[in-house]
Amino acid sequence: MGWAIALHGGAGDIPRSLPPERRQPREAALRHSLQVGVAAIKAGRSPLDVVELVVRELEDHPHFNAGRGSVLTSGGTVEMEACIMDGNTKRCGAVSGLTTVKNAISLARLVMEKTPHIYLGFDGAEAFARDQIDYTEPLTKVEEAPPSNGDSQLGTVGCVAVDGKGNLATATSTGGLVNKMVGRIGDTPIIGAGTYANKLCAVSATGKGEAIIQATVGRDVAALMEYKGLSLKEAAKYVIEECAPSRTAGLVAVSATGDVAMPFNTVGMFRACATEDGYTEVAIWDDETCG
Amino acid sequence: MGGWAIAVHGGAGVDPNLPLERQEEARQLLTRCLNIGISALRSSLSPIDVVELVIRELESDPLFNSGRGSALTAKGTVEMEASIMDGVGRRCGAVSGLTTVKNPISLARLVMDKSPHSYLAFSGAEEFAKQQGVEMVDNDYFITEDNLGMLKLAKEANSIIFDYRIPLTGSDICEKAADAPPLMMNGLPISVYAQETVGCVVVDGQGRCAAGTSTGGLMNKMSGRIGDSPLIGSGTYACDVCAVSCTGEGEAIIRGTLARDVAAVMEYKGLGLQEAVDFVIERRLDGGGQAGLIAVSSKGEVVCGFNSVGMFRGCATEDGFMEVGIWD
Repeated sequence: MGWAIALHGGAGDIPRSLPPERRQPREAALRHSLQVGVAAIKAGRSPLDVVELVVRELEDHPHFNAGRGSVLTSGGTVEMEACIMDGNTKRCGAVSGLTTVKNAISLARLVMEKTPHIYLGFDGAEAFARDQIDYTEPLTKVEEAPPSNGDSQLGTVGCVAVDGKGNLATATSTGGLVNKMVGRIGDTPIIGAGTYANKLCAVSATGKGEAIIQATVGRDVAALMEYKGLSLKEAAKYVIEECAPSRTAGLVAVSATGDVAMPFNTVGMFRACATEDGYTEVAIWDDETCG
Repeated sequence: MGGWAIAVHGGAGVDPNLPLERQEEARQLLTRCLNIGISALRSSLSPIDVVELVIRELESDPLFNSGRGSALTAKGTVEMEASIMDGVGRRCGAVSGLTTVKNPISLARLVMDKSPHSYLAFSGAEEFAKQQGVEMVDNDYFITEDNLGMLKLAKEANSIIFDYRIPLTGSDICEKAADAPPLMMNGLPISVYAQETVGCVVVDGQGRCAAGTSTGGLMNKMSGRIGDSPLIGSGTYACDVCAVSCTGEGEAIIRGTLARDVAAVMEYKGLGLQEAVDFVIERRLDGGGQAGLIAVSSKGEVVCGFNSVGMFRGCATEDGFMEVGIWD
């Protein structure tokens, strides 16, 4: 037992030749967001608050594909989606098709807390945002050339956390696929696919949305623990290696007992984690850590 | 191993005082849809084709809450959603926020077959529909007098948060419509809430399963509200062991990832279809959420389960079994 937190900035074909000027800002952002999360847990904030806080940090960072750094649809617009879930109550909130909301994850939380619904999309979500304070601000997109290998999966962000008492929460946010069709919804806002938490674990996935939806990645990690008695690490590994097609997915997960798992079947996944016993890790590929 | 099997539903959570004529109309529609499905199965159409065909029939009939006859948003318009999943390969397609597409289930199928994505919504989905040349109509086509009346009532009661904690009444009381007091939720007859999402699940003689679900959503919902029906794993799911379609309180179905859980307990706990459905209905609808589902297994079994008062449903199997029901 003990608290644990894990976060990701996207899984995909992250080339090992990634130049330092593209790698270092992201590593720094992961490290910084991790520190924000750890400080919040130590200050006694609830896991739900912690995951929202950390994802807001990542959304505000232009190098990840969410909030400020969101990629463009084929129509040249930005359409963001996000989802948050509380493990104890399984209450959840999700939003899709946001164009002007600075922090999609916070709007998802408001949907959960202030409406009788779970999921609002597009104009309806924007209208709801306008009724809340402080949630719309013209987004200034940071101009950045798409990665040269044309990787379109990169960049969803997410965070999972558990406190010392086993309370779990998860949050995921994304700008979606480069050049996706307008109106395309991915795995992020789909409970049980990109985002899931119950009393056993909290999961946030990233990668090719369509594959994560088909494989119900988030729910399956928890289901394997519950129905087959697998540990968090075993369940997460199984889902990534056996259920999701190769090179399509990665996830971060924590269990009620403070375990952490961060498997991926892509070339790399921007990730970081920390546990109460003092372990921390910031990494991109699978054979190095830069913690 | 069994032969083919098919089930259809028209929603969980039925007013026990539903007039007998409406009950009869519902039974006839369910029977007609079952027969369409059975005939298609006998002509060796694939399960995914059968699911689409049957749901199109349900969407075209104004009786239940899908396509024509959909529940209305707070603005008085219709916003429809649907999803379809082929157990073979677990391919899936979903749509939300449709306002002019005559058959949402068919657009969901096109998303699965003809787009690089799994889920399209709102104006992007409508644009895709135009490109695919599907039949489009004015939003008015979907709106019925009945539903305009229901919306008015719902607004007067100023609530779409409904309490499903209805005391269970026996099926004999349900048949005696005239005698029982009106069943109310938040001050309105339960029928106002238009829970009648539709769905269909099919397995063919080779054990291939498919599922689909279609709805107009909640009466008086916020524009932009997405429920469980288009969410793979919640309202709809199919894989190589079973196919499931759910209906009822959407938020509870999502939290319980109901459709996926039926398959997950079969795959990971080794339960049979009936046990899996019972398990999920009893244990996955926490917090008092009320819902129902229909499911078929690759072995040719068909099961319906619900914890609500009634579910419009029908099922049939190749060995000649056929049943249409509303109550327990």
